[in-house]
Amino acid sequence: MKKVPERAAAGGGGSSKMHNTIVYIRQHWQLYMIFMLPAFLLTIIFRYIPMGGIAIAFTEYNPIRGIFGSEWVGFEHFQRFLSSPDFLRYLMNTLKLSVYGLLWGFPAPILLAFLLNRILSTKTKQKIQLVLYMPNFISVIVLCGIVRILLSPTGLVNSLLGTSTNFMTMPSAFRTIYIASGIWQGAGWASIIYTAALSNASKELKEAAVIDGANIIQQIKAVEWPAIKDTVLIQFIMSVGNIMSVGFEKAYALQTDLNLNTSEIISTYVYKKGLLDGDYGFSTAVGLFNTVINVILLISMNALVKKMNEGKGI
Amino acid sequence: MKTKKKSEFAKLPTGDKTILIIGYVILGLFILAIILPVVYIILASFIDPITLQNSGLTFDFSKWTLTAYERVLSNSQIWVGFRNALIYSVLFTVISVVVTLLAAYPMSRTDFKGREFFNVIFVITMFFGGGLIPTYLLISNLGMLDTIWAILLPGAFSVWNMIIARTYYMGIPKDLQEAAEIDGATEMVYFFKILLPVCTPIIATIAMWQFVGMWNSYFDAMIYLNSASKQPLQLVLRSILIQSQPEPGMVSDMQSTAARAQLAELLKYATIIISSLPLMIMYPFFQKYFDNGIMAGAVKG
Repeated sequence: MKKVPERAAAGGGGSSKMHNTIVYIRQHWQLYMIFMLPAFLLTIIFRYIPMGGIAIAFTEYNPIRGIFGSEWVGFEHFQRFLSSPDFLRYLMNTLKLSVYGLLWGFPAPILLAFLLNRILSTKTKQKIQLVLYMPNFISVIVLCGIVRILLSPTGLVNSLLGTSTNFMTMPSAFRTIYIASGIWQGAGWASIIYTAALSNASKELKEAAVIDGANIIQQIKAVEWPAIKDTVLIQFIMSVGNIMSVGFEKAYALQTDLNLNTSEIISTYVYKKGLLDGDYGFSTAVGLFNTVINVILLISMNALVKKMNEGKGI
Repeated sequence: MKTKKKSEFAKLPTGDKTILIIGYVILGLFILAIILPVVYIILASFIDPITLQNSGLTFDFSKWTLTAYERVLSNSQIWVGFRNALIYSVLFTVISVVVTLLAAYPMSRTDFKGREFFNVIFVITMFFGGGLIPTYLLISNLGMLDTIWAILLPGAFSVWNMIIARTYYMGIPKDLQEAAEIDGATEMVYFFKILLPVCTPIIATIAMWQFVGMWNSYFDAMIYLNSASKQPLQLVLRSILIQSQPEPGMVSDMQSTAARAQLAELLKYATIIISSLPLMIMYPFFQKYFDNGIMAGAVKG
């Protein structure tokens, strides 16, 4: 991509394809040096160099000695993690959080889109949408701050229930809090994509269905569901592919010392082990384990899409 | 209008009526669930701390006060946070949008040699990465710890946004480019003078995503920035809202630890309102770009 060496250009006659490429690159050098270079450099530096750093996972990393000076321990960190009793707990915490989150959180925006689609007045619909989208613009920290306030022993929820439970310290409440607040914040925003797909459903088709005396269930079956089926499928598969990448930010902000039993997930564990305890090698190994599972999930999901979508992957 | 709707509703079969009513109730409950906590926090932020603690919300306006707002707003750390968040978000948005839009252009051209190569290089990063520690050590080795660059550069190029911009470019009629080439316009001229002006909706959408994303995130700042003077708003909020450690000046005049803790708890309401206000005010103006962006993303999906 850099400047083509003169020699190669001069001797390129051997292969005319090569020659054409060189002529093209010379003619369109701006595409490479101006348009592509910044993104390419950022990708190499901040994405690919850290991939090389994965070697840390196989060493007893010592920052002063660097990767090559540190003692090579092979798969010791992986063995330590996989054989520790915590491993299964953190893995299950991560999986449960995202699988339950998917089960509850995935249908919510679809339901909202169907309901919004039934509102005939455009003005009312827009006002409702303005409210529904609003929580998406609240930051994770503020969301968790609100959750903590409302659920505190003296907070709104407790005073409505007439109790003084400290929900934030209950391991059994963590997942419910995490998932419910996620739906509160994200369902409206996520419904946009379905609302848009629904608005593409042919108006005439729907009117015809109404004239034919189709009731709502029949209309949904015949007109609306076919219009969003593909979108639903793709969204679902993408969510499944992301099951291991549960967001760090929110889980960490909802953690308390007492709910760690359910709230410690792999990404928060990686952060604590690595940056707080300085156990670089071990932390990198745990992170790599998580990434590898995620890649496997994504690739298998993509293969599934290809199969169902007649060869088109994501 | 109202009577018309009513009669339409009346004409529906009973089964449909039931379904519609259940649907509207669900929607109504969801909207209530969004509005109620927000209203509660707004009201609570105006109520005298001790009253709120003891008897909850009250509409006895003699108990209303602006103390919490005064205390929060007179604290300099909040303003430092606002200033930093604004600087980081604006710079990040500019860098990110420029880099992403530039890269999307060659990637949108079918004649671009090396398209496949770059595509593979970029897409791999969507699936696989070095992870937390290797990235942290790189930033550290580059001498970027506790500098603004650690916040701005690593995430500046978004492959996902590049794909969305590329898809958008590809939807622009080819005639435009051919005409420009015949007129002897260079790539640069075509890109800046002809292509970008017709792409404003997607540019605005990407810019909004990047701005809001940076404004609302805290992880990178938490791990890379140490100086109090460099903290963005979300980190300041984190110590107030999550760690219940308000900035010293906000509560230090209270005599007992218990009183300080109580006040710290109650400053949270005003803090939430103050910190969320800017985006809440701005967001309705973005609304028209939402569908654009989401649909552009859906095209790819």
